[in-house]
Amino acid sequence: MHPALSVIFFTVTSGAGYGLFAITCLYNSISQSHPLGDEGVLLSCAIALGLITFGLISSTFHLANPKNAWRAFSRVRTSWLAREGLLAILFYPIAALYMVTIWKGIGGYNWLAVISMLSALWAITTIFSTGMIYACLKTIRQWHNALTPINYILLGAMLGGLIFLFIVSMYEPVITGLVVTSTYLIIIAAIAKIVYFFWIGTPAGPTINTATSFTRSMVRLLDVGHTAGTFLTEEFGYQVARARLIALRWLVLLFAFAIPALVLWVGVGLMPISVVFAIAVISGFIGVMIERWLFFAEARHVVNLYHGTQQC
Amino acid sequence: MKLGLVIDLDTCVGCNACAVACKQWNTSGTTGPLTDFEPYGKDPTGVWFNRIRNYEVGDYPNSKTVHFPMSCMHCDDAACVTVCPTGASYKREEDGIVLVDQDKCMGCNYCAWACPYGARELDREDGVMKKCTLCVDRIYDENLPEDERKPACVMTCPSHARYFGDFDDPNSEVSIISRERNGEQLMPELGYEPVNKYLRPREKKNVDTYVNETNSIKAVKDWVNRLVAR
Repeated sequence: MHPALSVIFFTVTSGAGYGLFAITCLYNSISQSHPLGDEGVLLSCAIALGLITFGLISSTFHLANPKNAWRAFSRVRTSWLAREGLLAILFYPIAALYMVTIWKGIGGYNWLAVISMLSALWAITTIFSTGMIYACLKTIRQWHNALTPINYILLGAMLGGLIFLFIVSMYEPVITGLVVTSTYLIIIAAIAKIVYFFWIGTPAGPTINTATSFTRSMVRLLDVGHTAGTFLTEEFGYQVARARLIALRWLVLLFAFAIPALVLWVGVGLMPISVVFAIAVISGFIGVMIERWLFFAEARHVVNLYHGTQQC
Repeated sequence: MKLGLVIDLDTCVGCNACAVACKQWNTSGTTGPLTDFEPYGKDPTGVWFNRIRNYEVGDYPNSKTVHFPMSCMHCDDAACVTVCPTGASYKREEDGIVLVDQDKCMGCNYCAWACPYGARELDREDGVMKKCTLCVDRIYDENLPEDERKPACVMTCPSHARYFGDFDDPNSEVSIISRERNGEQLMPELGYEPVNKYLRPREKKNVDTYVNETNSIKAVKDWVNRLVAR
């Protein structure tokens, strides 16, 4: 699949935004101490909404005809893309309600718990449906599995957690519990991604034989029938050398997981705490960007079978 | 009604006439134009509803060249329609034809991702998805003589490799021929129930092919031939 930058930015930044919002809500409602204070919570929410909005705007650059984008909410009964769009838009009033609750201090403890839970669940459901946009496509084996939405949620939560650490560090210098939790998140996200890399390892999808109905003999492409590229070859024919993909997987593991986990683990005593968290956030973003690029570059659409691939 | 095509891979000669006829009809039809980019340039590309690919099936010397025309399969369970967020893609209740309402399409490519057959192509000029309409603007046109109310590709096929009809009617030409010759769906494992059927080439006795024999008489002949040629 052709990795479109607009979609990479969309999934990474909006995922991080929803992750940050969910973690802010959960932490603020569960934690006994309130190191952030109302101001910090509001700042965290605002940064989250900024990331989400940046991501959503970025996604519209993927549209060839964006003037019809407003129609994209009309098929929520069948389309995951419509569901994602609707959840993303409806998240704004819920987020606003949460922020007003914090800002004005309205409602009691119970109301805060309810609105926190609602916002957090809504944010996570939105990342889930972003993942399902890809996971529901039977035509792309590398996407059509349960690990796709799991990776989206875990990576969003991981990035959100790292940003949250950075924000909290501006208010409270000692936050050992949060650092430990964030490190666990990184480890879980890393495990899920490594499982994914193994899961998509060997071609196991449809073959050129079932694609052409000649299931009892060898089928080889003689001619694709066009001299230059087509929409299909541009969109689905994107291919990167195997060695390069493997190298990029190592970069993902290094930037997205190893460096953030390592600086959180050993860096806290050595460097100023904000520098530690800044390194973790930047490295995490670079890593997840590469991860998302790979997510597209490694996906092999079954239409490639008609262009000569033996198995997808 | 369940309208669709049967494509006979035994008689298809790969002449591309169906693709050209399709392009000609549809570029000026209701879903046109089928935009071309650099049509007379070095790398001409463009939107086509129908593409023909060529495969070698089997191993030499018992192999066969198969020409393989593909257009929209008008699937019973059309994933492209399911995933469309705007409702621009739809499957007609009355005859099962899958169409795109270009006034609603936002050009997100999602339907093309969901289609295993490569039937949908984005027109980068218009910014909307375009696809085979089964010549919906031909088959119901009462101004045309009745025997011409067929898709352009079927009308034009010189080797009679394409059939058009109603699969819901068990006595229609397409139902009978796909029943008699085991019409196959492409990639049935995905479960989209493509309506179009493909007839595989009939089983034929292998023709003995000339194989290099090595005997002494031939060796002498070859030696003489080489000598004369020199």
